[in-house]
Amino acid sequence: MELTDLYREVILDHNKHPRNFGRLDPHDAEAKGHNPLCGDRLTVTLLRDGDRIADIRFEGNGCAISVASASMMTEAIKGKDRATVDALFQRIHALLTDAGASSADLGKLAALSGVRTFPARVKCASLCWHTLNAALAQADAATPGTISTE
Amino acid sequence: MNALRRSGHAAYDVARLRSEFPILAQQVNGRPLAYLDNGASTQRPRAVIDAVTHYETHLHANVHRGVHTLSQLATDAFEGARERVRRFLNAASTREIIFTSGTTAAINLVAQSWGRSRLGPDDEIIVSALEHHANLVPWQMAAAATGARLRVVPIDEYGQIRLEAFHALLNERTRLVAMTHVSNALGTVVPIQHVIDAAHHVGVPVLIDGAQAVAHLPVNVRELDCDFYCFSGHKLYGPTGIGVLYGREAMLDAMPPWQGGGDMIRTVSFEASTWNDLPYKFEAGTPNMSGAIGLAAAMDFLESVGIEHAAAHEHALLNAATAALMRIPGVHIHGTADDKAAVLSFTLKGVHPHDLGTILDHEGVAIRAGHHCAMPLMDLLGLPATARASFALYSTMAEVEQLDAAVRKAVEVFL
Repeated sequence: MELTDLYREVILDHNKHPRNFGRLDPHDAEAKGHNPLCGDRLTVTLLRDGDRIADIRFEGNGCAISVASASMMTEAIKGKDRATVDALFQRIHALLTDAGASSADLGKLAALSGVRTFPARVKCASLCWHTLNAALAQADAATPGTISTE
Repeated sequence: MNALRRSGHAAYDVARLRSEFPILAQQVNGRPLAYLDNGASTQRPRAVIDAVTHYETHLHANVHRGVHTLSQLATDAFEGARERVRRFLNAASTREIIFTSGTTAAINLVAQSWGRSRLGPDDEIIVSALEHHANLVPWQMAAAATGARLRVVPIDEYGQIRLEAFHALLNERTRLVAMTHVSNALGTVVPIQHVIDAAHHVGVPVLIDGAQAVAHLPVNVRELDCDFYCFSGHKLYGPTGIGVLYGREAMLDAMPPWQGGGDMIRTVSFEASTWNDLPYKFEAGTPNMSGAIGLAAAMDFLESVGIEHAAAHEHALLNAATAALMRIPGVHIHGTADDKAAVLSFTLKGVHPHDLGTILDHEGVAIRAGHHCAMPLMDLLGLPATARASFALYSTMAEVEQLDAAVRKAVEVFL
């Protein structure tokens, strides 16, 4: 495999110029992600509007893959409803781990497909998504009526 | 000929040494492997592989138990390895050589046995800011269990421990100094002789974490007069899963066993047991015989090369690599102590060490990228991570050039 499969232009661009970088105050949820292997740390803050993610930002310090992945994630999910976000999470997870996964219709996020052939880097790309999930779970817990025990 | 005589370095035949290490003769990502992650683990020479294979093929049985021939052969080989370690360290007796699974287990043994039985509320253990987690967390655990406290000797901007601060920390509450010999993250050689002498002057025992030192510096525990010295086989061209705790006999004698089980007892009844003599008191269960035998072969190998010759060779590479990387705009070297051993920690502006690691790997260069199991030190330096190239006796100038070219490639990809 070639380095350019991993470090595609769009990834290098998002690393250098991360979108939605910073924190939202006030926010409905905040979650921290940490990859102890390489020291990547990021914090996701988000605001919800009913079922939609009204706004999201991230901040932190990490490798190009983790920063670019977080940046592209915030772009991709801003304004989306929960079902769309969950489906996207599944697609990204498959893209990073399953050689047969399709990257069709993923837009910029398709650039992450090169990560799969660098197994040590998969966690870098998925850190932001796991952090997002933690933030959403926190927002769910803080919002009465959204948790079903049935 | 004159040139050869003038410089011991010229006589150092690295190509011949490399040929002793089968693993080095391979390509990674289509390029010759430049293995510069020796601080994490060194490779094994054929002599070590052969010694382990010979043991597994001809000698293996359980030790210290059987009356049968194989058990005796295995016991002789295992105890022979202990004697080899004793000579390597110049310890007074094989009773002072405890085989463990590695440096981590050796330090934990002391922290749990000596620490828990000797420490009390407000007692203090002095460590340095350079410590690997292995020489920090066991003391935190012992401190939590006993009410003792950790005091940390700070470092200066070059990555050297501040000796005046160390002296100021030594006081009547100090019960132990636990310090690294060589920093795994920065390569700093700590003046442990000074530390040991100062601690002993006020009656405080000293444990040295020698994991990064033993392959690069001659260690003579009687000359150092340290109380404990810990190291791992796999950073010394030996196998993984084997390490050594050297302990001064009087200290070990006074310590309670840590783990109970077979081999460490003399008599056992359902009510109580009595302990075996040293070193067996601290070796519960069947030990790692093949590991110990491999370690002994590694020591033979290292001494046949000459640890001073290896160190001089590594130092030349360290200097060349430092000079080469400093010429690359954006490279910052972390750890510039006057006395360094075999480790070059660096960052490249705008490129995360993890990305650097991937790009270097693509160029065939294996380095470590991360916090080097020294998170408090990284916090102190204000860095999430660094890239670390670390050299061994088989490292070459060509590998230094490959490293240099690979870092320049990273600049090209990212900037």
